[in-house]
Amino acid sequence: MEEVPQGCPGTGSAQAGRGASCQGCPNQRLCASGAGAAPDPAIEEIKEKMKTVKHKILVLSGKGGVGKSTFSAHLAHGLAEDENTQVALLDIDICGPSIPKIMGLEGEQVHQSGSGWSPVFVEDNLGVMSVGFLLSSPDDAVIWRGPKKNGMIKQFLRDVDWGEVDYLIVDTPPGTSDEHLSAVQYLSAAHIDGAVIITTPQEVSLQDVRKEINFCHKVKLPIIGVVENMSVFICPKCKKETQIFPPTTGGAEVMCQDLKIPLLGKVPLDPHIGIQEFCGHHPPKEEHFLSS
Amino acid sequence: MEAAVEPGNLAGVRHIILVLSGKGGVGKSTISTELALALRHAGKKVGILDVDLCGPSIPRMLRAQGRAVHQCDSGWVPVFVDQEQSISLMSVGFLLESPDEAVVWRGPKKNALIKQFVADVAWGQLDYLVVDTPPGTSDEHMAAVEALRPYSPLGALVVTTPQAVSVGDVRRELTFCRKTGLQVVGVVENMSGFVCPHCAECTNVFSRGGGEVLASLAGVPFLGSVPLDPELTRSLEEGQDFIRDFPKSPAFPALFSIAQKVMSEAPARLS
Repeated sequence: MEEVPQGCPGTGSAQAGRGASCQGCPNQRLCASGAGAAPDPAIEEIKEKMKTVKHKILVLSGKGGVGKSTFSAHLAHGLAEDENTQVALLDIDICGPSIPKIMGLEGEQVHQSGSGWSPVFVEDNLGVMSVGFLLSSPDDAVIWRGPKKNGMIKQFLRDVDWGEVDYLIVDTPPGTSDEHLSAVQYLSAAHIDGAVIITTPQEVSLQDVRKEINFCHKVKLPIIGVVENMSVFICPKCKKETQIFPPTTGGAEVMCQDLKIPLLGKVPLDPHIGIQEFCGHHPPKEEHFLSS
Repeated sequence: MEAAVEPGNLAGVRHIILVLSGKGGVGKSTISTELALALRHAGKKVGILDVDLCGPSIPRMLRAQGRAVHQCDSGWVPVFVDQEQSISLMSVGFLLESPDEAVVWRGPKKNALIKQFVADVAWGQLDYLVVDTPPGTSDEHMAAVEALRPYSPLGALVVTTPQAVSVGDVRRELTFCRKTGLQVVGVVENMSGFVCPHCAECTNVFSRGGGEVLASLAGVPFLGSVPLDPELTRSLEEGQDFIRDFPKSPAFPALFSIAQKVMSEAPARLS
């Protein structure tokens, strides 16, 4: 992936190739000629590749730390309970790839073959891809700017040999930026079923989730529904419930009613999930996820 | 040799501290806000710069949503969140037409705004400028570190939660600090245990111990563990002053001690 200058105006911008920061960029002539604004050929390539993938679901939030990766992993495992269902889990969180750890696949490597990159299979019918598999040490930081991250996402969508897949689940980082725009852009010709949006009950999360919902409307991404995670804590000793993250503005329920979006379910805080992730164990089957 | 940088709008700012994580949802904005409040209670003048452009949380935490940003000769005037004008704040949240408006920008545009936030906000005289960041090691972080480098920041406060999936990302953030030459003031472990209000049993909701181990492995100071406290969450949701209102909370001693350690780091840098 070529280095782009720090002040890159973006290949689609009117200033592409003409701005002061374009001087010395290897793509300057290309951008100035207007070629940068042409549709990326990868979009068609990805459309072809995705013909063997029946359903594509993005797991989004806007807010960090609400459990997108945890949910994605649970959903993938839940769907793969049926041996005849082929499931693929793609982690496009380039800076903070949590999926390898959650799935117990740390240290696994990705292999190349004639037909592309092979995903790492945690079960016969559940394949996983993440930038985490491309890093040689757990301390390696991926300190990349937007354009380089976009390149990686393009490769993940175009060059991974998923095979015949019933469900492709795409786990995303928090925010509404490069990774999200790229995922939607590159999959634009391939039809995304929709997005599942994860939140926790408190307003500081809902605030960001409303922006994410706005983002979905802007890019015309259908919303399958919202999941409220860490809803309530059940004390393992006395079994009484406490709301650690109080829904001061009504939680996901009120937000979904206001915005007329389905609330798919509420998941309680379970300390065992954290411990199981640490051990890389297969998390227990969750009916919530399957019912949606 | 580089020419000396015009101090400009940061000329009156004595110490700059970045709050980073790598992992989302660990409490960067919470810790940034609580650190600012604690420093204010210690008599300091504090500014908060919120460079989380996609998820600007701080205006609500200080009950400043919807406030307008004005211009002066030196640039933007930060928003004062209190009558005494001891805490000022700049966030993209103030520049949005509606709180639900999404900032759907790619890297270069985010970089440009962050540079403006660093150079064009008229902070005036401040003892501390706390810079809250989004999760990750990408555009916003590089832009903030590059723009602040000429002003010799005190360093970074790195926030984690105890469980492995957070520690995994925070290790990468520590690598980011090393690679960009940003000193790590210390690691804070947030959401460290929850005491059930009914039976007082302490449960490690998000596992245990990761922060301290991480600090030790990376050879950086461990500044303390802050437990989960629904009163703290509620206080932030409602824009209250937690440090003033809840000195008996289990989270208070940890937050206060973290602020003390940051202040003790500061005089050492003056010489």
